[in-house]
Amino acid sequence: MSTTDPTIARVGGDTPTPAAASAVSDRASRRASIEEAVLPPLVALLLAAVVGDVLILSFGQSPGAVYRLLVDGTWGNAYGFGQVLYKATTLVFTGLAVALGLRAGLFNIGAESQLAAGGFCAAIVGLLLPVGIPSLLCLPIYILAAALGGGVVGAVPGVLKARFGAHEVIVTIMLNFIVLALLNYLTSTRLHVPDTLHTAEIGSGVLPRVSDVVPSFQGSAANATILLALLAMIALWWFLFRTRRGFELRAVGLQPHAAEYAGVHVGSVTWRALSISGAIAGIGGLNYVLGYKHYYEEGFATGAGFLGIAVALVGRSHPIGIGLAALLFATLSQGGLAVNALVPKQMVDVLQAVVILAVATSVPEVRRLLRGARRSAER
Amino acid sequence: MADPSASTAPTPAIRLRDIVKSFGPVQANRGAELEVARGEIHALVGENGAGKSTLMRVLAGMYAPNSGQMAVNGRDVTGWSTADAIAAGVGMVHQHFMLVPTLTVAENVVLGSELTRGPVLDRAAAERAVRELSERTGLVVPPHALVRELSVGQAQRVEILKTLYRGAKILVLDEPTAVLSPPEVQELWTVLRALRDQGDTIVLITHKLDEVIDISETITVMRAGRTVARMPTAGTTPQAIARAMVGRDVALALDADYAGVPAVQQLGAVPALLEVRELSVSSAAGHPVVRNVEFSIAPGEILGIAGVEGNGQTELIEAIAGLRAATGTIALGGRDLMPLDVRRRGDAGLSHIPEDRHERALVLDYSVAENLVLGQQHRFTRGAALDTGRILAHARALITHYDIRPPDAALPARALSGGNQQKIVVAREMSRDFKVLLAAQPTRGVDVGAIEFIHARLREARDQGKAVLLVSADLAEVLALSDRVAVMYGGRIVALLPRSDASPETLGPYMTGAERAA
Amino acid sequence: MRKLLLLVAALLVAHVALLFIHPAGAAAPPAGHTIDVGVVFDLGGRGDKSFNDGAYLGAERAEKALGVQVRFIEPGEGSDRESGLRLLAAEGMDLVIGVGFIFTDDLTQLAREYPNTKFAGVDYSVATDPSGKVVPPPANLAALKFREEQGSYLVGALAALVGKSKKVGFVGGMDSPLIQKFEMGYRAGVKQVCPDCIVLSQYAGVTPEAFRNPGKGKEIALSQYQQGVNVIFHASGSTGLGVFEAARQTNKLAIGVDADQYSEAPGYVLSSMVKGVDNAVYDAIRKVKDGQFRGGIYQYGLAESGVGYVYDKNNERLIPPVVHARLEQLRQEIVAGRIVVPSTR
Repeated sequence: MSTTDPTIARVGGDTPTPAAASAVSDRASRRASIEEAVLPPLVALLLAAVVGDVLILSFGQSPGAVYRLLVDGTWGNAYGFGQVLYKATTLVFTGLAVALGLRAGLFNIGAESQLAAGGFCAAIVGLLLPVGIPSLLCLPIYILAAALGGGVVGAVPGVLKARFGAHEVIVTIMLNFIVLALLNYLTSTRLHVPDTLHTAEIGSGVLPRVSDVVPSFQGSAANATILLALLAMIALWWFLFRTRRGFELRAVGLQPHAAEYAGVHVGSVTWRALSISGAIAGIGGLNYVLGYKHYYEEGFATGAGFLGIAVALVGRSHPIGIGLAALLFATLSQGGLAVNALVPKQMVDVLQAVVILAVATSVPEVRRLLRGARRSAER
Repeated sequence: MADPSASTAPTPAIRLRDIVKSFGPVQANRGAELEVARGEIHALVGENGAGKSTLMRVLAGMYAPNSGQMAVNGRDVTGWSTADAIAAGVGMVHQHFMLVPTLTVAENVVLGSELTRGPVLDRAAAERAVRELSERTGLVVPPHALVRELSVGQAQRVEILKTLYRGAKILVLDEPTAVLSPPEVQELWTVLRALRDQGDTIVLITHKLDEVIDISETITVMRAGRTVARMPTAGTTPQAIARAMVGRDVALALDADYAGVPAVQQLGAVPALLEVRELSVSSAAGHPVVRNVEFSIAPGEILGIAGVEGNGQTELIEAIAGLRAATGTIALGGRDLMPLDVRRRGDAGLSHIPEDRHERALVLDYSVAENLVLGQQHRFTRGAALDTGRILAHARALITHYDIRPPDAALPARALSGGNQQKIVVAREMSRDFKVLLAAQPTRGVDVGAIEFIHARLREARDQGKAVLLVSADLAEVLALSDRVAVMYGGRIVALLPRSDASPETLGPYMTGAERAA
Repeated sequence: MRKLLLLVAALLVAHVALLFIHPAGAAAPPAGHTIDVGVVFDLGGRGDKSFNDGAYLGAERAEKALGVQVRFIEPGEGSDRESGLRLLAAEGMDLVIGVGFIFTDDLTQLAREYPNTKFAGVDYSVATDPSGKVVPPPANLAALKFREEQGSYLVGALAALVGKSKKVGFVGGMDSPLIQKFEMGYRAGVKQVCPDCIVLSQYAGVTPEAFRNPGKGKEIALSQYQQGVNVIFHASGSTGLGVFEAARQTNKLAIGVDADQYSEAPGYVLSSMVKGVDNAVYDAIRKVKDGQFRGGIYQYGLAESGVGYVYDKNNERLIPPVVHARLEQLRQEIVAGRIVVPSTR
């Protein structure tokens, strides 16, 4: 064993002697922490791949052929890759939203309704805006509307938790039902185009598609919202790890009593975190409404909230991890379509579930495994 | 050191030879030795980080040593498992209780080796077994009481009962007295002596040298992973042990006489720096836990609050710090603190060393540098962002000044030993601009060297004209530091005496609630 | 860490080894078929026992009878509808079918992008321009539409004639123009044979969720039966399963929708208003094979046998011959254009 583990003190009490511990080189501990961050997801992925192999064989198909088709249909051509990017964009937003909550010790199950509310508000604003306003002028208005829509839906469980101690998991789940039903009601009774489930098209300020710049992406829904997603990743990273508010928010998530001692109002961090979380999910609605279809359609957010939870967990609530996890799940989703001819869609759903389960359980599991490995290596 | 094997004719209960145990590059044990005769109380002493707990965990089968031999009752057991250790009658009583608060005493004791009648837990049999064990050992605890309703001392008895119930004949106790009041400590000694007289072997890990002298028959001293001394207790002195522990002479709190009223206070009537009037606090369930407490502390004064834990001290400190709702008045230098929140009280000149290091005082996953600004993070900003440069510079200065080891500002606080973690807290709270210091159990679980250091800092604050409110379960500590001593019992201050009138004998009755005074 | 690396290596080896297994008969390259057809279902559509399954049946029949090769895609989320169509179109399918009105926009767009591919949309909703004129779909796109109001008209008459209580019931899914079409036809059929009959009509909700709420369906149906209704016609997806349950419980009758739903509650299903999605899909594929495919709007009504009601050996004992004769007479009149069934409120 050439590496060290910062968790020694947890198991060893007062074990590391100051003199010995000070000999630990920075580089070794950094390498250990990178290995600890990378290896468990890798194991999870490979495990999912092997389970996938077995499933594919059980359908009487060749795993090699199916995986090749999966890769060809996603990263193998510009259109498929564009679709992966498009899907990943939404997942980055919902993933970041869930991650922000997790960092504050809160489990936001409501990303789906927040995403829908954000998209809905953007679409309404788009219908109200006069045609012909320059895009650059519209964009901040749209972002604000989407953030507000999602933010309000996020603020409700936040305030209920801070004021009355209502558990955010229950409130966000209930809100999913209420908000989606409300939006669908408004759409299908007042706003829809006859014989459809969507509103009229937005007149101005729609975002350019990637194919406008790179023609080979023709047909794919990937659009400039990708840049917003990247921006959101950077902004959230900066907020969490570089600002005072982020410092206080993470402290609340790690040790609420210590945060309280440090002069942080845990209640206000709670409702702020959930509001911002909702706002981030809400901005994700622009990907569909402003970048793809240019209208709000019932059900566009379906599944994106729950997949966002998976993205946040697999991405370890870190913006970079979330970006990678979003690409992974987007690839599985688009790849599922590509291999649909050979295997049923449910197979890809199972693969997704295996990835989520493996990674989610790997956190404590791998810790134990590591400890066991260390012990046996020293024996 | 002397070769222990030469002097022992009968087979020792425990013999550990040349134990090496490392965690990655960190060597916790580097040739540790321990030999404990059957039927003795053996004290294992050493500073935090000396490798005592690691050695005992090796003994209990929780870690396998990298090298070395282990023998229990003459049998080679090198690298055995926890299950083997339990089967062989080696039991460990941990520093942090591992009890289920919502279960009864009896249920906790039999947990993991339940008496069952069919699929159902046989409660009556469990309670009977616990009662018998209690009678045999003198460890009296009501078997049907819920663990969450027990005092700390009682909970510890349950821990010990649990270990004995599993058939332990060799008992390892890790810092058992850290949480006990003096009468409770005396009761524990009685129990341990009774167990020894029945033929059990006891290893006691501790830092408290007076206890070592009190209870043990033999002492093993560890330093930096090695065993540096082994001696019979009769004939040695605390000074000699302390010297072996740290490798130099130290001033010990227990024999440091009270230093006398400082100059500042003698100048005459100075207005109080901290003034508390009619302070009452209710628990979450609505019961009064602090009742009408009143006191004031002058600049340059240490007011020590003695008392058995759980008599309202925690709530009193948290109410003053702003962490708990309270009624009454709290004034700092004449300024009303009641409308202020935690941060503003800090800004007004209140410093606070909380008693719970792991839950309150530190964010364990944050770096040393980050922990050194915890509570003052709003002072280390540049716009919305944290000023990492200044935070790091601040950390480097404090790490040097307070000798925090290892001197690595980027290490998570979790990776430091208890003593060094406490140094982070002390460094942070003493380096801010403060007038009043709340110090709750400032040296709990901290080794001798660090205790000496922390006491010096508290005296220093006093000498600089600050007001210090000290709460400690360690009466010796309260007596060593305080200018006046108060005793809390049942949420009230039942005695408030000048240092000259305070002694274990005068305070003891107040601490147990036997006497009440104005 | 070392153990973990070993685990990584072991899994990698297992995975790579499995990649090289080729089960017999896996993904046999298509040979000897005449044309390629792709079908995209709606989200969670397969297994609905009516609409999407109807399209599946039609395509499967075409595969066997016409020797065509069919590929199916089930989308996982909203944007997959377009993506699925696009994948099929890009592969050079001869005919791409989208099942459900929700495909309307995507089909229109793709038909323009792939003028050499033929498209068909089941329930494709034809747009009208501001002046109310119908905007025809692109020339390579066939809109397969159904005159649900005509079939509903006949089961309306059936309900009134068999029910005999001057009260008949209607349970709709999501309150929307599509379902209102069923209700209007039904009402007109009731009035035709029983002018003083009352139609109790209720919808399960205003969101798509209203198509998946059997509990609500049962609740509504029970209350209608309680008020003296003897026959209820439902157009409410799986919400209708609750209507059947209520019929069974109160020993009354219900009328199914889209497919023959007799087996859902044998003895209590008077008939079903069937939509010939399978025939329409089969037809479209056959036309492509025969080179006779034309874009445009295809209306499947009673005349085309695109809609109808079930009358077979299962339920003939529930329908008296004179009632059957009356229904057949009404059918003739609609086919002949002598009766025009309303489709909107």
